[in-house]
Amino acid sequence: MNYIPHTEKDIREMLEVIGVSGIEELFKDISPELRAKSFHLPEGKSEFEVLEYLQALSRQNTEGLVSFLGAGFYDHYIPAAVDALSSRSEFYTAYTPYQPECSQGWLQAIYEYQTAICELTGLDVSNASLYDGGTALYEAAMMCVRSTGRKKILVDCGLNYIYRVMLYTYTSNLNIEFVEIPVVHGQSCRDSVQQYLDETTAAVVIQNPNFFGAIDDHTDIIERAHQMGALVIASVYPVSLGIVKSPGEMGVDIATGEGQSLGLPLSFGGPYLGFMAVRSQLMRQMPGRIVGSSVDKDGKRGYVLTLQAREQHIRREKATSNICSNEALCALRALIFLCSVGRNGLKELAELNFQKCEFTKDCLSEVPGVEVKRSSPTFNEFTVKLPRSAQKVFTAMLKKGFISGFPLGQFYKGMDDYLLVTVTEKRTKAEIMRFAAALKEILCS
Amino acid sequence: MQLIYEKTVPGRRGVKLPQNDIPVKKKFPEEYRRVELAHLPEVSELDVVRHFTNLSRLNYSVDGNFYPLGSCTMKYNPKFTEKAAAIEGFAGLHPMLCRVPKAEILVQGALAVVAEMERLLGEITGMAAFTTQPLAGAHGELTGVMLIAAYHKHKGGARKYILVPDSSHGTNPASAAIAGYTVVVIPTDKDGYMDLNEYKNKLNTDVAAVMLTCPDTLGIFNPRIKEIADLAHQAGALMYYDGANLNAMMGKARPGDLGFDVVHLNLHKTFATPHGGGGPGAGPVGVSSRLVDFLPTPRVVKNKSGEYALDYENKRSIGHIAPFFGNFGVILKAYAYILLLGKQGLIDASEIAVLNANYCRVRLKEYYEPAFDRICMHECVFSASRQASCGVHALDIAKFLIDKGYHPPTIYFPLIVKEALMIEPTETESKETLDRFIDTMIEIARLAQNDPDTVRRSPVTMPIKRLDETKAAREPDLRWKPKG
Repeated sequence: MNYIPHTEKDIREMLEVIGVSGIEELFKDISPELRAKSFHLPEGKSEFEVLEYLQALSRQNTEGLVSFLGAGFYDHYIPAAVDALSSRSEFYTAYTPYQPECSQGWLQAIYEYQTAICELTGLDVSNASLYDGGTALYEAAMMCVRSTGRKKILVDCGLNYIYRVMLYTYTSNLNIEFVEIPVVHGQSCRDSVQQYLDETTAAVVIQNPNFFGAIDDHTDIIERAHQMGALVIASVYPVSLGIVKSPGEMGVDIATGEGQSLGLPLSFGGPYLGFMAVRSQLMRQMPGRIVGSSVDKDGKRGYVLTLQAREQHIRREKATSNICSNEALCALRALIFLCSVGRNGLKELAELNFQKCEFTKDCLSEVPGVEVKRSSPTFNEFTVKLPRSAQKVFTAMLKKGFISGFPLGQFYKGMDDYLLVTVTEKRTKAEIMRFAAALKEILCS
Repeated sequence: MQLIYEKTVPGRRGVKLPQNDIPVKKKFPEEYRRVELAHLPEVSELDVVRHFTNLSRLNYSVDGNFYPLGSCTMKYNPKFTEKAAAIEGFAGLHPMLCRVPKAEILVQGALAVVAEMERLLGEITGMAAFTTQPLAGAHGELTGVMLIAAYHKHKGGARKYILVPDSSHGTNPASAAIAGYTVVVIPTDKDGYMDLNEYKNKLNTDVAAVMLTCPDTLGIFNPRIKEIADLAHQAGALMYYDGANLNAMMGKARPGDLGFDVVHLNLHKTFATPHGGGGPGAGPVGVSSRLVDFLPTPRVVKNKSGEYALDYENKRSIGHIAPFFGNFGVILKAYAYILLLGKQGLIDASEIAVLNANYCRVRLKEYYEPAFDRICMHECVFSASRQASCGVHALDIAKFLIDKGYHPPTIYFPLIVKEALMIEPTETESKETLDRFIDTMIEIARLAQNDPDTVRRSPVTMPIKRLDETKAAREPDLRWKPKG
């Protein structure tokens, strides 16, 4: 297959119009010594052959296990409408809506997406999306450094470990000082914040619920940060915002997060959706595309990419970010998900996650040797201390048909016996009870 | 069209959630509860379906329209690749499984896709190794520049400058600046090449790298590219290849053979993954042997028993630039595309892309001023300067094309061509489609002389006319707000 429509006759006629004898003549600028030294690739195959091959490969991945794994990436139910509508090729085979007149569908959808993100986070302005939760956090940190002119950032260790190391990677050449704020009884350590927050601090980075699933109200930290002239970034889990106090309600300046839980498949890590919303004062510091509403010559409402004076294609090396594309199709899926679930539905979905998680805590509490951590409230995941290595329990539970959670020792020293267990609305009462029973069998054997 | 929020009827419900099958015991703690619910729409499923179906109809797309948007390679996206990415064993696979020690055995199929893509992209570009982590082309650029910085740091001399030609994509200087470098711009000479004398003047031992697009954004392959690379290497600088235009030269030339040290590819361009209205993209980065040690962790390797495993051990690595292995679903689509086309299919793609661009160039050059009157690669750049002198600008031409059912070419880029019209037809468009488009372009050239107002008034067939973009920027209205 090559998807080329040209017949021999077409090619002959075209070469004649161009005035060359063969296609090779069009490549004459590439002299023999510059030619490809190798190009060993397989021969092309049919759709059927490739499908068989890829399906066989996919069967080398785990299948059919009941999963209690989350840790920042969540297995929520995706309504059929999300797949059906985002599969319309009028959406997915278009590009960035540079020409507004023939892109109103996309532009209006992004404007609606921006509205949904503002509503979820309780903040004023959203961009048209970023790559993922980790890069969105990095962009937010850079915004704070730029707008405060300061170079110290406090990072709560409840932030997803992967995002924390990404932040360090990106800033390794930029002389930014990071101070890690420990987690105490599941929540941000107030004393450490008090100790390190000062007039050289650009930002405080928190996550809610944090990586251990714990919910916190950071209002006090945020007030203190503002007194020092620092900004606060909160990385949030959008489904939790159906019931959990929003970043806007706590006084956060920039909310970012991973939007995967809003109708995107887990797909081994991507494509995902970074979202970002800010207070209006920070609007012109934002990275990425932004859609605005305007009117046409006849006064009719329409939508257009705007505030482009921030962006690389205009400002080049002086741009607020190097970002060109957004994750439009993922943003569209999130929007369709939120519209399908609706205002009350999102609240009920969040309640359901909370309730199932509480039920799981109770079931696991009854397993001898398992200590459920209850020092702070949680949303839909929690940590348990096991009487032996969580890694070993994880492996043993696979044989019982369960992905039991995420062993925390990998990311946190001294937590080898701790497991992070996640429960979404997809886990049934029966599965949860079987899970607890299987754990009991393993630990008591 | 009404906004979905304006279609809300309080109390109306869409999708039904799973039943709560557990005994409700606990109340969510009030002190952590949000006070006001988000104002999300309250609509039925049919409301949602009709709304987004009707919105989709307002877009031009590759599936509906010829889309010769220069530099973006808007080729046909084979339907099969959508099917490939939806295979449940991949789409449902949790990425954190690969962060559980010794659990790689659970994700062997996915790691095989990553490893195989790294190998195939290495062969296509002539690079020693690849990482699939970068999430988009610009993200690949940033990764590439960070690799360059790590290399120089390791060599003991942090360098200050990155050289970028004035014809480059805006992302190049932006990526260099964000990674902490000062950008030095090299002008283009009268033949459309980077000015070699200026280049030699600016090249010194404080230059970390030279970032080039090849063929460049004017659609020209620089025959002296190897000389440029050799000069850079003599000065201890590295060569960066912006892969936006790889579709011009698959099987003909490889960046690795030309002396490039870092390459980013845009899988959504050359390898036909859908552009998705602006993303998701994927921007894998390939490197020459001198940079392999600095690649992001983890790397996918094969262990002694022939299984795929993850290697976090590399002390020189720049670290994590994405949580996992990039936009895996996009990488899977590109993998399927490469398997479908195979060696000859990829060569054919580049050959016909170049044939189509030259056909457009030759048929239009009588009517529009070519930026450079010479054989081009996969795209041709004109200036609408003749039309502008009649008061018809590149923007007007773009809007008239919209009325005729075409997505316009890229306009006003590259910045060094006045009134630029950058046409990239791609290989998947037939001669008849090109002929019809060219005829429309010729009609516009005539109208510019005889009836410029008709062009300037366009578009007239779209749901909206030209928008007040100044108002949009001066009085930003970036979201719908609930009444009261």
